[in-house]
Amino acid sequence: MTAQLELVHVAPPQAQADPRADHFVIGQLIDSGARILDIGCGDGALMRLLAREKQARCSGIERDPAKVRACVAAGLSVTQGDAAADLSAFPAGGFDVVILSQSLQKMPDPRAVLREAARIGGRVIVSIQNAAHWRARIQLLVEGRAARWGEINRPCTVRDMAELARALRLSVETAVPITRGRIGAPFAKTVWRANWFAEEAVFLLAD
Amino acid sequence: MIHAAKVQAAGGVRTLGFDASSPLQLSSGETLAPLAVAFESYGALNAERTNAVLVCHGLTTDQFVAGPNPVTGRPAWWPRIVGPGRPIDTNRFYVVCANVLGGAMGTTGPSSSAPDGQPYGLRFPAITLADTVRVQSMLMEALGVESLFLVVGPGFGGMQALQWSSAYPKRVFASIAIAASARQSTQNLALNELGRQAIMADPDWRNGAYLAIGARPTRGLAVARTAAHILGAPASELREKFEAARSSERFAMSAAAEVRASGASFVDRFDANSFLYLTRAMDGFDLAGDFGGALANAFTGGQTRHCVISFNNDQRHPPEESRAIARALLAAGAETASIEIDSPHGHDAHLMEEPAFEAALTGFIDSAASARGLSL
Repeated sequence: MTAQLELVHVAPPQAQADPRADHFVIGQLIDSGARILDIGCGDGALMRLLAREKQARCSGIERDPAKVRACVAAGLSVTQGDAAADLSAFPAGGFDVVILSQSLQKMPDPRAVLREAARIGGRVIVSIQNAAHWRARIQLLVEGRAARWGEINRPCTVRDMAELARALRLSVETAVPITRGRIGAPFAKTVWRANWFAEEAVFLLAD
Repeated sequence: MIHAAKVQAAGGVRTLGFDASSPLQLSSGETLAPLAVAFESYGALNAERTNAVLVCHGLTTDQFVAGPNPVTGRPAWWPRIVGPGRPIDTNRFYVVCANVLGGAMGTTGPSSSAPDGQPYGLRFPAITLADTVRVQSMLMEALGVESLFLVVGPGFGGMQALQWSSAYPKRVFASIAIAASARQSTQNLALNELGRQAIMADPDWRNGAYLAIGARPTRGLAVARTAAHILGAPASELREKFEAARSSERFAMSAAAEVRASGASFVDRFDANSFLYLTRAMDGFDLAGDFGGALANAFTGGQTRHCVISFNNDQRHPPEESRAIARALLAAGAETASIEIDSPHGHDAHLMEEPAFEAALTGFIDSAASARGLSL
């Protein structure tokens, strides 16, 4: 818990907005050739990026059969399964990094999934959509609307994530705010600013 | 290239013979010699010998995976998957399919002649699925293939694929187990037992010595086929057949016309004793049991890339059984793709037109081929 905070500048400020800036940030946070498990890997876009740019050896797990079909047809090592039930099969320390890219908020029991991810991976990268961004706050205040009646996507803020990590005795090695597809300065301890101004955030967690 | 073995072709069935100098060592401790292995091959082995694919056939099919069977006149059993431009592309790969040990299509089995000139019958030694795979390994070595690019099979063949990557992890680059399981289910055990009892209760079975007197226990074999058919079709389809039979027949619901028709052609081409031996081998398969009860241990340390495919209406090897394989592979740290295909066709979906199934096969195989350095 008294981890040394090493604030790594993951990237210079970009000129162009990147719709999946979180993928770019994640790519900067992993080592070349790392063994990666992507939980809730979707269509496998991040796995493809990491394999291409970082020569990472990627495995994925995804619940949606249509997305698994696309992944397997694209030659990706993706298992059709449910993180809640299937993560227990993975050996401890089986991967260098376990990634939850905007998928933790969609899990029925995020705490259990994050605990399993920390057991399986040396490090865990979590990216979230920040429900405490000022625009979201104003929307709730003014419009009185918060729910999105699509798939389950529980609200999570930068502060929530920092506290969940602390509760699970994981240290936040670095965290990177993303706003309008642009990457901000990393933070680890001072979360109030990011909690107001980041639309998304990527956390690098370690035991 | 071929040592201690001789290729022969008779009546369109190509066999490779191993004489007493290279006997088959069986799991039971016994040895079997001489041994003939009937096989078909398609495509050509490349100079580096890295493009060999072994297709393992199911319980009731044979080595004629991509071409017609000259003995029975039946068409190829897997033409959608194996052939030029198909997912297992015979223009790219050297594809071998061998009749299983104990089978009745040219490989040594209970209907073959024992050294005394009489058919083995029940004198044929007990065999296991590991023995079946050991024979395939002898065949591939004799064909000059040290390491397989891919081993693939459905059902019983998928079990063989799993056994291959477990027993010979360094000799299998990639493996695809389709609608298979790592252990025969109780339900399948029970139906196979019914089939075996039906055969043995047929007066023409003659304690397994029917061939010597020119008889065939066809009624028993037809019941065995019906029992096997029950789980091959999805429940809804089976129900329709039963309902249709009930309105037209007094008692023989299970012998609905269509089942009977397929049973009839089956009894003409399949040897009853073979059915006894093969189902016993299949029923005894328990890969986890061979590794202290933990299936993951069967794959630990292997470098094989795995693909596990199941079909959601499969009554014979339901998706849960494939999920257990996938979980074990993940626990073993193996590179794994696993997918459940939505299909109305049940277990037999692997024989049907299923675009998602073919896309998954093609994707996995192409990606493995490029990792193996095989060009498109």
